[in-house]
Amino acid sequence: MIRNTFILAFRGIRRNVMRSVLTILGIIIGVAAVITLVTIGNGTTAQVTQQIAAMGTNVLLISPGQRHGPGGAAGAPNFSVKDVQAIEQQINDLAGVAPAVSASAVAVAGNQNWSTSITGTTNDFFTVRNWTIKAGRTFSQNEINAGRTVCVVGDTIRVNLFGDTDPVGQKLRLGRVSCQIVGLLEAKGNSSMGRDQDDCVIMPMKAVQRRFSGNKDIPFIQVAVKSDASTTTASAAIQSLLRKRRHIADNEEDNFRIMDTKELATMLTSTTKTMTALLGAVAAVSLLVGGIGIMNIMLVSVTERTREIGIRLAIGAYEHEVLLQFLVESVVLSSFGGIFGIILALAASFGGTKMLGIPFAPDISIIIIAFFFSAAVGVVFGYFPALKAARMDPIDALRHE
Amino acid sequence: MADKKHALISLTRVTKAYGSNEARIFALRGIDLSIESGEFISVMGPSGSGKSTCMNILGCLDTPTSGQYKFGGVEVSHMSRKQLATLRRFYLGFVFQGFNLLNRTTAMENVELPLVYRGMPPKKRKALARKALEQVGLAGREAHTPGELSGGQQQRVAIARAIATTPSVLFADEPTGNLDTAKSHEIMELLKQLNQEQKITVVMVTHESDMAAYSDRIIHFVDGQVADVENGQTPTAKGGQDR
Ligand SMILES: Nc1ncnc2c1ncn2[C@@H]1O[C@H](COP(=O)(O)OP(=O)(O)OP(=O)(O)O)[C@@H](O)[C@H]1O
Ligand SMILES: [Mg+2]
Repeated sequence: MIRNTFILAFRGIRRNVMRSVLTILGIIIGVAAVITLVTIGNGTTAQVTQQIAAMGTNVLLISPGQRHGPGGAAGAPNFSVKDVQAIEQQINDLAGVAPAVSASAVAVAGNQNWSTSITGTTNDFFTVRNWTIKAGRTFSQNEINAGRTVCVVGDTIRVNLFGDTDPVGQKLRLGRVSCQIVGLLEAKGNSSMGRDQDDCVIMPMKAVQRRFSGNKDIPFIQVAVKSDASTTTASAAIQSLLRKRRHIADNEEDNFRIMDTKELATMLTSTTKTMTALLGAVAAVSLLVGGIGIMNIMLVSVTERTREIGIRLAIGAYEHEVLLQFLVESVVLSSFGGIFGIILALAASFGGTKMLGIPFAPDISIIIIAFFFSAAVGVVFGYFPALKAARMDPIDALRHE
Repeated sequence: MADKKHALISLTRVTKAYGSNEARIFALRGIDLSIESGEFISVMGPSGSGKSTCMNILGCLDTPTSGQYKFGGVEVSHMSRKQLATLRRFYLGFVFQGFNLLNRTTAMENVELPLVYRGMPPKKRKALARKALEQVGLAGREAHTPGELSGGQQQRVAIARAIATTPSVLFADEPTGNLDTAKSHEIMELLKQLNQEQKITVVMVTHESDMAAYSDRIIHFVDGQVADVENGQTPTAKGGQDR
């Protein structure tokens, strides 16, 4: 009896190839769209979260220029070593203060060369950026004080200039400056803005000032606040300190900016959340469209199916046999479509995340929800018209139009 | 099923009304009819006289508006839906005026279907289905779907489907309506043979007296009532038994 039901159900599927294919297609579209979009949304969120964690959430970025608008440094003086020392000494609860002077140069090692950017700073840089040394060491106090031409390189430099050989202890030429590599940084990957963070050379600040920028200006300071302290308090304290040191009158605006990475994090998180919600909405629409597609196919064929059920009842089928047959038919089609949709979605979202360079993080609960929703749509629209027909007198079902 | 004390089939003052209120029309206006097991009955009458309506009720496909229908002595209106389905499954065969074959389904599968519902193993039901198709002259057409068959061929598939199960009673609503004279006679010979050799009770609607002549009795319908019952003569020597 069960065997026969399956035989009849499969004959039904085979007979109505078009209807079966369209039903499966509807379910595939619904399931695949939801899973793909949500997986990509989740991947983006995961990446942003990772990057914020990598940046360190308690970091203040201080640069000269107007607080608001894109003004930039025009007219506003850079900071000096004294400013850095003042912040270090007078502000409480700081984990590190890292001045940064940048330059760019072509790095040459052996017969390889690579254009990169150089940051002159102190060892606090590694603390503030939450960046660990993979091989070698950070700078010695002596190297920092004397401004020796030593450097710590990012992973991209190693890949492009040294390949598989250990760069620590090797010589690196930066423009006309020859420099000794003392350490290699852990790989960090792309930043949220898509910049390769590992494409960098870190040197003692004095070395960069002397050999590259030719002055003692400091255009950028990064400050890490202790994790149990408030960044807002620290930010306010630094603001008033810098205002005093830069002789800004009470009625004048700041000529420097302090950016809190926590603010940045909140901003980025809310953006990705909005994006994920948007993707979710699109996904819900596609699920609905798939569902309506299935509903249409089923409703169009209701008359034919009612007559078919009439024939079956007339030649001696029991109500429950007919129902079971149609149930098996819809369940088989729905699950087939669902499984196919899941496979397609996983393939598509894997490809999509690889292309976007974000983590591939499929969410099992959304897979289950999408599968069951679509399966339910298939079963409901496949089964209910059959239920109605199977309860009629055979002759009424046969005459249905 | 048939009990000697009762007629196999008996209708008492059976009516069937369609529609409601003013639009209500009576297709059957009090039919009294009794059919014995083993009989070969023809039903004749003008178009719209209620022949099909009566056949549907006899075939347990439809329910009368009033009156009694006893099958093997049991009141049909007291049977559950499942009991009716069992009756149709194991004892009745029905040839519809409009064939009612499953679309896009081969002749073979159409004829097999009632055997599937009887729970017959595949080999056996395929053999029976093939034999039934052969009997109606459709050997070689097993794999054709109704769409690929002529009207007369479809009609014969419908006949094959009804006889494949060797039912106790065969109801055939104009089984030769789409066939030429020679084919019609072949089918009638087949029905007559099933009636005599397998003891299948046959109730058949026909418009042709040539065909009705194969039967033991001819029931004439006029305007939803039984107008006349006559005993038929058989055109061939091997014909029907007298009753
Ligand atoms: N479902 C229905 N709804 C309303 N009226 C119906 C229905 N079925 C049949 N009738 C009416 O009942 C009457 C008898 O119909 P029936 O089909 O029994 O005639 P018939 O004797 O089989 O005719 P024919 O020889 O043309 O097949 C007709 O007047 C028809 O219009
Ligand atoms: Mg009729």
